[in-house]
Amino acid sequence: MSDLRTPLAKVRGLGSARDGTDHYIAQRLTAIALVPLLLWFVFSLAAVAGQDFQHVQAWVKSPFNSIALILLSIVLIYHAHIGLHEVVEDYLHEDVVKTIAMVLMKFLAITLIVTAIVAVLRIVLGG
Amino acid sequence: MAEFKLPAHSVVNKGKTFKAEGAKRVKRFVVYRWNPDDEKNPATDTYEIDLDNCGPMVLDALLKIKNEIDSTLTFRRSCREGICGSCAMNIDGKNTLACTKAIEDISGDVKVYPLPHMSVVKDLVPDLTHFYAQYASIKPWMETQSALPPDREMLQSKEDRAKLDGLYECILCACCSTSCPSYWWNSDRYLGPAVLLQAYRWIIDSRDENTGERLDNLEDPFRLYRCHTIMNCTNTCPKGLNPAKAIAEIKRMMVERR
Repeated sequence: MSDLRTPLAKVRGLGSARDGTDHYIAQRLTAIALVPLLLWFVFSLAAVAGQDFQHVQAWVKSPFNSIALILLSIVLIYHAHIGLHEVVEDYLHEDVVKTIAMVLMKFLAITLIVTAIVAVLRIVLGG
Repeated sequence: MAEFKLPAHSVVNKGKTFKAEGAKRVKRFVVYRWNPDDEKNPATDTYEIDLDNCGPMVLDALLKIKNEIDSTLTFRRSCREGICGSCAMNIDGKNTLACTKAIEDISGDVKVYPLPHMSVVKDLVPDLTHFYAQYASIKPWMETQSALPPDREMLQSKEDRAKLDGLYECILCACCSTSCPSYWWNSDRYLGPAVLLQAYRWIIDSRDENTGERLDNLEDPFRLYRCHTIMNCTNTCPKGLNPAKAIAEIKRMMVERR
């Protein structure tokens, strides 16, 4: 019967979600935060490149580096998740496929963030 | 799902060619043809036009084709001076108005297609029903609660009036919306640049009293936030307007009112 609905009824649909601005702000905030974090990360990587295991471990252990590494992991993966979320909304129109993709992406993002944090903490706290 | 390949019944074949006998300055017009009354696929017919015997604009050539060569060619036109928006179509790969597009500005064959990614009614006529319904959905009229002054118009300062410049000129030809990839993939829910520019025209109008409700109705991941600042809209607008800027202003207001 959907064809008998008026064009305006189809356009109005379920109404406005009153949402999206949080996403919009978060995307920009994470992008801003990534500029210094990635610059620091790239230069630090270049500095520790070729060093032995103990040296790199000591580098991670320094308070500033460990905090920055955890921040970078959270911000980077969160930012990537927001971007992929947009891609799914843009291109996946099949409700079931879209829902599965969104749920899997969320699980994956959280798993990656937790894994990264635990990895850094193990080096900092461990032997 | 986004479609990157045409369905089998939409694949465009090569159609007929109409020669211009004895013409010195010949321009070839390759025109998209599709007739809902036969079962055939769309095709591009080629019309040779004698430029010494034709007006300067693409619309002049289309009218010449319809009047003198092939009366079955179907397209919309009305004002022939860029103010009605009827003859919006894809010419030489870019959405524009046939009446304000000069033939001499196009090198090689002139390719004429209907506005992209819209259902075609016939030949160069797209179905704009949904587009107009989207326009109606943003309530393109003044909404007030306060009693109107009984003896004069609603006044507006010159500064506030100036905010409507670059917005009121929009003729709703749909060139921008149909050039937007986000609108191609999600036009069922995304309002598109033309309608968002019009929405902004009422949001920014100092005399309107429903600004908040208007923003409420746009604050949606699809209605507004499918815009990814691709800027095809601003690039293609035949009136030289900037829908992308209007959308950016709406987003700015969404943040401002938090």
